Amino acid sequence: MSRGTAVLLVRTAALAAAVLVLELLCRTGVISPQAVLPPSVMVAAMVEVLASGDATEPMLRTFSTVGLAFALAVALGIAGGAVLHATPRLRHAIDPVLASYYSVPTFVFYPLLVALLGLNMTPLVVLGVLSATPAMMIGTLAGLDGLPQVLRRVARVQRLGPIQTLLTVVLPAAMPSLFGGIKLALSYALIGVIAGEFILSGSGLGYAISYAYQSFDNRTMYGLMLFVLLVAVAANGLLYSWEGRLLRRRVRS
Amino acid sequence: MSVTAPTETRQAPGLRVLDPLLLIAIALLVWQAVGSWTQGVAVTGPLATFGFTATLLTTAQFWHNAGATAAAFALAFLLSAVFGLLLGLVLGLRRFAGDVAEPVLAGFYTVPKVTLYPVVLLVFGLGMSAKVAFGVMHGLVPVTLFTMAAIKTLPAVLPRAARAMRLSPAQTMRWVLLPACLPQIVSGLRLGFSLSLLGVLIGEMFSSQRGLGFLLVSGLAQHNVALSTSVVLLIVVFALLANTAMLRLSRRLSGQ
Repeated sequence: MSRGTAVLLVRTAALAAAVLVLELLCRTGVISPQAVLPPSVMVAAMVEVLASGDATEPMLRTFSTVGLAFALAVALGIAGGAVLHATPRLRHAIDPVLASYYSVPTFVFYPLLVALLGLNMTPLVVLGVLSATPAMMIGTLAGLDGLPQVLRRVARVQRLGPIQTLLTVVLPAAMPSLFGGIKLALSYALIGVIAGEFILSGSGLGYAISYAYQSFDNRTMYGLMLFVLLVAVAANGLLYSWEGRLLRRRVRS
Repeated sequence: MSVTAPTETRQAPGLRVLDPLLLIAIALLVWQAVGSWTQGVAVTGPLATFGFTATLLTTAQFWHNAGATAAAFALAFLLSAVFGLLLGLVLGLRRFAGDVAEPVLAGFYTVPKVTLYPVVLLVFGLGMSAKVAFGVMHGLVPVTLFTMAAIKTLPAVLPRAARAMRLSPAQTMRWVLLPACLPQIVSGLRLGFSLSLLGVLIGEMFSSQRGLGFLLVSGLAQHNVALSTSVVLLIVVFALLANTAMLRLSRRLSGQ
């Protein structure tokens, strides 16, 4: 058995054991069932909530908001990164902002955004874009900085036009860093939108969870919570494995 | 999230000094524009906000709330730092355990933890301990991951050199391992600092009767725009100052 398989086995076993221990602690009443539902009940509650169709509308709402924020953040981040890369003076001025951007808790702006834009989807999209764009910019800058000079020269020797250079040389070479930015942008957009819905909004999954919490509806709350966490883990896992394949292909070629 | 220092800048040093000032001026102008565009319904302009902040800083109500946030945050950061360092040390030294735990920790790091806040509230009850627990949930993982990475990427030649010089384990720790790992550990602590602050503030914004997060949301609920704008200003300034100080520290450590 290779080391990688052993690691995977132990990890799966440890996670399964943790779930089992939680189940036992809840069933025996060591952890109050009013506070935490046993994992098996959580799964049943999730299936119930999803089957009842009550979650469909908030789900569509949240995912479309996240998708919009993510797409905007990736587009703005790549464009912003490219502009900064092309203008060193601007970059020098902006660099300290990027370096300390994530030290500011972006959520404190959310109440102001709600007051500014109204209690609807717009402040959520803006919050998602605000949290995700700088990560994409940093990824883009890293990708462009890491571009070997020889590749640009090859493109010139082959007399490629600017668009051809971008598509056939720059993008493939910068892909790993860009992908790192995309991965972070997705999780930041997801965190930003759901946290915003959670703190102050009238719709979406985050709101549904906080509403269920406030009306002591633990089954719905845990069902939705498990669903959100599973979706987040699945989305991140998908990007993670995709990135791994991308990197392996690079090593081979 | 780590950002590397600018690698190259080719321009006159005289111009560069002005850039930060220019940036601050632009930020203030944008702020003023948003303030006057919305007629102060959502945000008060810079001058009005500075004035309000000055009076806010003299009120007992502000210090009562700031004290609550400061206490919760200090405890959350302390716990994140201590347990993150210990956990990172163990996982960095025990390679197998580290490999088992790393994706789990990294996965937890990218998940919207805010959905778990009701669980924290149900387990810890409303109050200070829930905020602290939520702050630790945010701050612990980055400190752990950075400490672990610092130890794992340690050049093998360093422990060997320590052995060759017959240093005791304590001496090895003090003179070899600590200085080699410190820059990365400080980066981890910087991230843990920001994120545990974020956790505490989100906790206060969602459900709390005290603290700056509460003051911010209640400013909005009472249509006291100046209050929420001032609180945002104070939080942002505090976060930026603390981050700049820690960034300087880690640059000085890695420069040696």
